[in-house]
Amino acid sequence: MTDHTQDNEKKAVNFEKRMRDIMTTYYIDAKTARQNHKKVAWITSGGPVEPLIAMDIIPVYPENHGAMIGASKMGVDLCKKAEEMGYSSDLCSYARCDISCATVNGGPIGGLPEPDMLVCCNNICGTVLKWYEVQARYFKVPLFIFDTPIVHTEFTPEIKTYVQRQMEEYVLFLEGVSGRKLDWDRMMEVGRLSVEAQMLWQDILDTTISRPSPLSAFDAFFFLALIVTLRGTRETVDFYQGLRDEMRRRASEGQGAIPRERYRLLWDNLPIWYRLKWLSREFAKHDACLVADTYTSAWCGSLKYVDPKDFLGSAAESYARIYLNQGVDQMAETILSMIDKYGADGIVMHSNRSCKPYSFGQYDIQKIVQRERGIPSLMLEADMCDERSFSEAQVQTRIDAFMEMIRANKGEA
Amino acid sequence: MNHLDEYRQAVSESADYARQLKKESGRKIIGYTCSYTPEEVIMAAGAHPMRLFGTKQHISLADSHLQSYCCSVVRGILEEGLSRRVDYLDGMVFPHTCDTMQRLSDIWRMNIPFGFHLDIILPVKLNTASAKDYMIDVLKKFRDDLSRKLNVEISDDDLQKAITTMNAIRRSIRTIYDIRSQHPHLLPGEDLYNIVRASMIMDRVKLAGMLAETAAELQKMVAGAGSVSVKRILLAGGMCNQPDVYTMIEEAGGAIVWDDFCTGARYFTGLTDAGNNPVSSIGERLMNRVVCPAKHTDLDGRAQHIIRLAKEKNAGGVIFLMFKFCDPHAFDYPYLKEYLEKAGIPLLAVEIDDSLPAGGQLQTRLEAFLEMV
Repeated sequence: MTDHTQDNEKKAVNFEKRMRDIMTTYYIDAKTARQNHKKVAWITSGGPVEPLIAMDIIPVYPENHGAMIGASKMGVDLCKKAEEMGYSSDLCSYARCDISCATVNGGPIGGLPEPDMLVCCNNICGTVLKWYEVQARYFKVPLFIFDTPIVHTEFTPEIKTYVQRQMEEYVLFLEGVSGRKLDWDRMMEVGRLSVEAQMLWQDILDTTISRPSPLSAFDAFFFLALIVTLRGTRETVDFYQGLRDEMRRRASEGQGAIPRERYRLLWDNLPIWYRLKWLSREFAKHDACLVADTYTSAWCGSLKYVDPKDFLGSAAESYARIYLNQGVDQMAETILSMIDKYGADGIVMHSNRSCKPYSFGQYDIQKIVQRERGIPSLMLEADMCDERSFSEAQVQTRIDAFMEMIRANKGEA
Repeated sequence: MNHLDEYRQAVSESADYARQLKKESGRKIIGYTCSYTPEEVIMAAGAHPMRLFGTKQHISLADSHLQSYCCSVVRGILEEGLSRRVDYLDGMVFPHTCDTMQRLSDIWRMNIPFGFHLDIILPVKLNTASAKDYMIDVLKKFRDDLSRKLNVEISDDDLQKAITTMNAIRRSIRTIYDIRSQHPHLLPGEDLYNIVRASMIMDRVKLAGMLAETAAELQKMVAGAGSVSVKRILLAGGMCNQPDVYTMIEEAGGAIVWDDFCTGARYFTGLTDAGNNPVSSIGERLMNRVVCPAKHTDLDGRAQHIIRLAKEKNAGGVIFLMFKFCDPHAFDYPYLKEYLEKAGIPLLAVEIDDSLPAGGQLQTRLEAFLEMV
C-alpha cells in the first residue's frame, strides 16, 4: 500500500486557533476568579451547567482537565502520584489525575483554580460520586449531588419527579453558596443559548454525512470542549455557527478531512487522548475516516427532551436521559441508527479500563451490530489517560487486520 | 451445636437448596444481587428471596460479555446465569448499586432466557427529603411490578408479617454477633460467615426459628465459656466470599469480633418498624442503615462508623478485604486509612480477585499484622 499519510492527514482547521484562544481566556478567567470576586464551581461533564452560567459562577470541569492532561501525555505521572496516595491503579484515570493534581498543582495548566463548591451529576457514572466526595473532603467546600437514576428501560414518573425536585434544590444550593438570587430572565436566556449551541453542535456532527466527510471524530474530540464547558454562552453559539458554516462549505466543495476517504467508521467510548494524532494517522493510512462517535454526540443526544420554553423544567429530564444513563440495548439502538445515518462501514470500540459504565456491555453491542448490520467491529483495549494500558504494536496490528476485514466486507479484498 | 451443618450445607450447595425448597413449597424463587434489596416485599409476595454471590466455578461464558477489568462478583453472578446453574430462578431483581452492577442488570436482561427481570432503581444519595420520597416511590413501584410479575396481591398485612420475620432474623444474628464479640472462641468465624450467608439463602420463616435456637444455645455456653486471649480483629469491605480468611486469621492467633460487610453487619443492622405504613418503613431502614460506599449519606460517615465499631468492639486492628475492580471501596480506602491511622487503629488491606492471594504469602502477612496489633 502506498503511504500517503502526509497529504492524507486532515488540513489544518483555522478554527482550532480560535477555539484555543477561547479556552485560554476561559481558563485565565477561571484561574483569576478569586481576584475578580467570582465563585468557581467544579462540575461533572454531564452536569447541568446552565444555572451556573446564569449566576455568573465559573464552571470548571475536572474531566476536561483530565482530557488535557491525557493529551499532553502527563497522565502517567499524575496517575502514579495518585497510586502513591493509596488510590488503586484500577480506578478511573481522570479521577486519579485530578485527585493527585489538586495536591501538587501539576498538569499542563498548573492545576485548576480551587473550587468554592462542587456539583456532581451521576448521569455519567458512579465514579464521579466517589471522586467528588474525595474533593469535598480535600477542599472542604459544599457538595451538591444531582442524582439521576439510570433509565434502564423507562423514564418513570418517579424518576421525573425526583430529578425535577433536585433541579429546584440545585438552584437553592447555588443561591445559598453564592449569596445571590438566580435571575430567571437570565436563566431563560442561558437555557435558550444552551439549546441553540446543542443544536449547532448536532449540525456540525451531521456535516459528516457528506462524502467525503469534512470533519472526523478526531476533530470533534477537539471542538467538543466548548459544548462541554461553555454551553449557555453567546460566545459558544457564535463559534459553533462559524464552525458549522465552514464545515458545510467544505462539505459542499467536497473537501474531506481525509481527502481520499474510502471507508467510514464509527468510534465508541472516550478518546485515547495521548494517541489522538497517532490513531488519526493510522486510520488515514487506510483511507478511513472516523465520521461519527458516541462520545461527542452525547452532548446533544437528549435534545429531544428539552423544552426551550421551560428549560429548567425539562432539563432535569434531558440530563437524566443522556446516552450513558440508559440500558445497553438502548445504547446499541443508538449505535445502529448512527451506523445508518452516517453510513459507517465498521465500528471501532475503545474498551476503556477507566470507564466501566461505558465499556461493560460493549461486547453485547458488538454482537448486536454484527447481527443487525453485518459490519465488522474492532475492540481496542486501552485507557483514556493512562498510557500504561496502551500497546502501540498491538493496536497497530489490530487496526491493520480490522481494515482488511472492512475491505473484505465491502468486496474489495 | 445444632443447625451449624444446615447453615453450612445451604451455603455450599445453595442451588440444591433452592431447587429443593421450590419443589417442596411450590414457591417462586427470586434472585437478587445486593443487600439493599427489599426482601420483605419478595416474601410478602409469597416468593423466596435468594441472594447470588458469584461463583466458585470456572468462568467460561461470562468472559464474552465482560472485560477483564470487571470484578469477580459480577462476573461470577453472570456466569451462574449464563451456565443456567441458577435456572431455578423465577425472576431476578437488580437494585441499583454500582456501575458494574448497573451493566450486569442490562446484560442479564438481554441474555438470560429464564425468569423475569426487574430493576429497583434506588436513589444514590440518601440524605435529602426528595431522595427519601423517591426511595419510597421506588419501593411502591417495586411492590406493583412484583405483584404483576407474580400475579399476586401484596397486602400490607403480608408486608408486616415479612417485616416481623426479617426483624427476628436480624435480631438473632445480632445476638449471635454480640455473644461472639465477647467470646469469639465459642463459634468459629467460618460458622459465623455461614450463618449470615445462609440467612440470604434459606427459607426465612424456618431460618428465624433456627437462628433463635442458635442464639439461645450460644447464650447457654457463655456461663462456662471462660476467657481466651486473642487478638481482636474487625473485618471490613464489600462482601466476604472467602470463608478461608476467617480460619487463616484464627490460625494466626486472631479472632474476628465484628465486621462491616454487606454479607455481615450491614445486612442485619437496623430493624424495620412494622407499623401502619410498611413500605415507608422498609424505605426508612434502607435510608438509615449503615451505608454502602456506592451510596452517599455524608463525607466521612463510613470512617466514623468503622472507628466507632473498632472502639466499641475493642478491636485491635482492621483488616480490609478489597475486591479487585470494586471502585466504590477502592475510592474510600485512602481516606479510611488516613482516619484510622489518625485514630491509632492499625489496618491491613488484602486484595481479592476471584480467590485469595497465594496462601503462604497471605498467611505471612496476616501473621505479621497480628504481631503488630
